[in-house]
Amino acid sequence: MKNILANLNKAFENRIRLGIMSVLMVNDWMEFNSLKELLETTDGNLASHLKALEEKAYIKMKKQFVGRKPNTSYQATEAGKTLFRLHLDALEDLIKKQ
Amino acid sequence: MEDSQNFKDLSEIKNLMERSSRFHSLSGLSGVSAGIVAILGAFAIYWLLNFGQLMYDEHLYVPGSSVRRNMTGLLLLVASLTFIFALGCALFFSYRKAKRNHLKLWDHTTKRLLVHFFIPLITGGLFTLILIFRSDITLVASAMLTFYGLALVNAGKYTFGEIHYLGILEITLGLLAGIFTNFGLVFWTIGFGILHIVYGLIMYFRYER
Repeated sequence: MKNILANLNKAFENRIRLGIMSVLMVNDWMEFNSLKELLETTDGNLASHLKALEEKAYIKMKKQFVGRKPNTSYQATEAGKTLFRLHLDALEDLIKKQ
Repeated sequence: MEDSQNFKDLSEIKNLMERSSRFHSLSGLSGVSAGIVAILGAFAIYWLLNFGQLMYDEHLYVPGSSVRRNMTGLLLLVASLTFIFALGCALFFSYRKAKRNHLKLWDHTTKRLLVHFFIPLITGGLFTLILIFRSDITLVASAMLTFYGLALVNAGKYTFGEIHYLGILEITLGLLAGIFTNFGLVFWTIGFGILHIVYGLIMYFRYER
């Protein structure tokens, strides 16, 4: 039991953060706007959660210019993917245990 | 309480992974309608070739005959019209399906699907044109089917997985058409007509009813 709880990661405990990581697990680079549509959230909300994950180095960002418009994309880092996988396993174990 | 929340999170995660990585608006009816258009197109070609009295390879090979050039233009026109109508039908039914499911037809999954689908397909199209203009017309049906099959296999990773198997069947038919060159049009009709209709019906009844 103790092991399971140790793998649950506070950084992922939020609907939007779970969503961001889920999408980035199966997609290489995702644009900000695509994430926004998929997760049905606001610019501000999404940006703050992305920032939090980025500060932990679970995801990384790249900025490009498409014409004159800045275009921001995100990718999960290896560390982020590993920790997220552990987090999901822990969630599953919790459900199985009860 | 906590537990049901975890469960909800997990199913939401699974749903997001699926939804964000694959294009889901491809309708079974797209396949059916494209197949019908292909059969009509094949029939038009058959008619132009005097109902099979002249095999299309021999016919176009008549050396120095003016017939060849005229026919090539006409056949290309029929082929292009068939392609445009089939694509139009496929688009129409996908648009309808997207609207009904409140999905956007154009998002990152669409873009990714089209890029991966069209790279082998356009290659095949250009290769087919090269064959035609070099008068190596015997392998046209084979090349079209084979490259189309490769395009489908490639696209299979970005939409319904069943497309992958349709692609394998098209490749098989393409290779057979390369061996039995006199039956090119028959293989073409099976591959682009009948297989599309069967595939479309399976997908329609599996996912849209």
